[in-house]
Amino acid sequence: MIQMFVDIPWAIVLILLPLPLAGAIFCFLCPGMARIVGLATTFAVALAVAGLGWQIHDNGVYYHPVGGWGAPLGIDLYADGLSLLMLAATALVGLGVSVYSTGYFRDKDSARFWPLWLCLLAALNALFLSADIFNLYVTLELMGLAAVALAALPGGRDALSGAMRYLLATLLGSIAYLFGVALLYHRFGSVDIAVLASRVEPSPAVWAALGLISAGLLLKTALFPLHFWLPPAHASAPAPVSALLSALVVKASFYILLRLWLTIFGPLGTGVDLLFGLLGAAAVLWGSLQALRQTRLKLLIAYSTVAQIGYLFLAFPLGTVAGATAWGAAAYLALSHALAKAAMFLAAGNLLHFAGHDCITNLDRVVQRLPLTAGAFALAGVSIMGLPPSGGFIGKWLLLEAALVQGRWDLVAVVILGGLLAAGYIFKVLGYAFTQTDVAQDSKKVPASMEWAALLLASAAILLGFLAPSVLSLVDIGAPFGIMEVRP
Amino acid sequence: MIRNRWLLFPLLLALVLGLSYAVLSLPDQAAGLQKIAADKIEASGVSNPVTAVLLNFRGYDTLLETVVLLVALLGVWSLGGTDLRREIAPGPVLDTLARLLVPVLILVAAYLLWIGAHAPGGAFQAGAVLGAAGVLLLLAGWRPRAALMAWPVRLVIVAGPAVFMAMAALLYGLEGQLLEYPPAKAGTLILVLETVATVSIGATLAALFLGCRPPNKKEHS
Amino acid sequence: MSAEFQYALVGVGLFSLGLYALIVHAHLLRKILALNVMGTGVFLLLVALARRTGEAQPDSVPHAMVITGIVVAVSATALALTLMLKLSGATGRAELPDEEQE
Repeated sequence: MIQMFVDIPWAIVLILLPLPLAGAIFCFLCPGMARIVGLATTFAVALAVAGLGWQIHDNGVYYHPVGGWGAPLGIDLYADGLSLLMLAATALVGLGVSVYSTGYFRDKDSARFWPLWLCLLAALNALFLSADIFNLYVTLELMGLAAVALAALPGGRDALSGAMRYLLATLLGSIAYLFGVALLYHRFGSVDIAVLASRVEPSPAVWAALGLISAGLLLKTALFPLHFWLPPAHASAPAPVSALLSALVVKASFYILLRLWLTIFGPLGTGVDLLFGLLGAAAVLWGSLQALRQTRLKLLIAYSTVAQIGYLFLAFPLGTVAGATAWGAAAYLALSHALAKAAMFLAAGNLLHFAGHDCITNLDRVVQRLPLTAGAFALAGVSIMGLPPSGGFIGKWLLLEAALVQGRWDLVAVVILGGLLAAGYIFKVLGYAFTQTDVAQDSKKVPASMEWAALLLASAAILLGFLAPSVLSLVDIGAPFGIMEVRP
Repeated sequence: MIRNRWLLFPLLLALVLGLSYAVLSLPDQAAGLQKIAADKIEASGVSNPVTAVLLNFRGYDTLLETVVLLVALLGVWSLGGTDLRREIAPGPVLDTLARLLVPVLILVAAYLLWIGAHAPGGAFQAGAVLGAAGVLLLLAGWRPRAALMAWPVRLVIVAGPAVFMAMAALLYGLEGQLLEYPPAKAGTLILVLETVATVSIGATLAALFLGCRPPNKKEHS
Repeated sequence: MSAEFQYALVGVGLFSLGLYALIVHAHLLRKILALNVMGTGVFLLLVALARRTGEAQPDSVPHAMVITGIVVAVSATALALTLMLKLSGATGRAELPDEEQE
């Protein structure tokens, strides 16, 4: 029986049948049942990811040539430990956001939200399973359009302008990425990642492709200084959408960059990883400083995302020299940040729903009136700051370890400073959550599903702190980081 | 966004020069995937190499593409669309032109769809022509009846990705690989898929142009 | 220089011109058009270099990629135009409002 369970092709089920595209189509055709179908679909996707995890744990990497042709003519699906990690992050955050959304959206908005969200889920799953750079372009575009449509849902001036800026940035990023893909294809005759990795050699076309693809993906991941579109878009979107954008969508382009770096570009020995490290450090410091300055809670959380993305890029200079530790740190940080940031945005959504505003100085004893939400924010904050025990702590610990081993004291300083600044803005919010304002505020009740969703996601981020050995061994399946050998 | 044009010019010039150098460094002759595609083309069920790549070798990309169209429409509809509802009486030239051209366009679309198997043509090309016919009708002042706009149009729009997906699932069950066509029946299956896709794409494009969301019976417009 | 490379360089030029226009112009419609021009440049590059096979039959895979790319570009443009119309309806101008922070 268990064998049968493991043999089901979980990767296919994840993308195509009957979830989540089928779910999206169903929600589109029958808006009345959108909530139930959406929730059921997300739950089923989570089960499918678990099944896939079991499968690759037993059998090693999963490989499926679509259409039976195989690379380089056809498209390959490929799942190793790194893809599994990203899929798991998507499934968990997706589940939390879905539970939250059943309470958050009223009927009319619900009918618009669920088909778009399920298409976004399909796009994310397809992205993490693909091993073909042109296929990745199509999934990137699908993801981007769905994300923009979701961000524009509220319809007011702020949401529309944030969504427009986001759309322009994401389209620019995609077209630059496609230019890079075109150059790689015309130079080496394939768009399959494994084939390209075997054929790549330093040449002007490859350097140009590296520049274009990196620029495009950095824009989509909002790394400093290409982050200008992120704070307005993430802050003015509805809370569950902000959670999805900060937790998952920016990580998807990071995943692609990481994958291409590990297989194709990294072994070339350019100095681009140092540039990534520099920009990452700048992002950590600048993002945290801007977060401290904010008066609105959602903008603070958005700038915190800008800072946390910087940490991911600190792994590039460390990983290239020697170190599955550094890459493992990046993966762990990506997962914990996804959970913690989603929890934070959901908590902020609760506060907004409760009080009608998200002005930080007027939080008015939220700790007493919404204890679950305040608890969720605090736990998520622990992971963001990198305090033990939490996933964020493990990630930062691994990063520091890699930096110390290589004598990169500058990066050590950046990580520690970033942690202190994060503590600054988290405690600023929590401090106001305990105080009482002079004017009592009208409040609306927050549904239990919304509060619990935020709390459970935050708890998952903390739980990650205890699971480090198993998670890291899971990520290592297929040796995604092992391909990087030190080139003399 | 940078507004300082004098800073921008040298940067862009450097970009153009760099990219041109990279392009010119590419080899003069490169077969790419042409030979491999030519070898496998008989097994693909069609003789037009582009259709073979689109619908068979890289059919997964095409599936995702139909979903992209759907998502764009979902996005436009969830924004509330623009109010193109007022009926405009078209001038005599546009009116006559629409009446003459639309049937011709439909015929051309059908032809492109059919010929796509062995000459330039195919589902997307035919769908685009159908979409143009729809746009022409809308420009000439035609508006679909409300009853048409609720269920039927939704079904047609969704039919493209849905049927494609169902085909993929079916073929997985039959052949063991996603989207793997049995060589004997490949041509027919591809034609079926393309037909549904053509109508769906045409409807989606016209709906994108119309922009406004069909009134749902349950909600007030 | 053979014809293929001439067309490819035109593609590079379109990409760069589009990028310039995207950055410099404030009106949203011009930005959207600029993105379309950039896309066309990349498609031209893909198709032009596909003729380098040395036989009568060009490489069909880039052709298929460009068809996919065109459909994606059309969908994105449709969404962008609707968003622009809604934004100009909400603010009165078809431009991105200046950001208060930065």
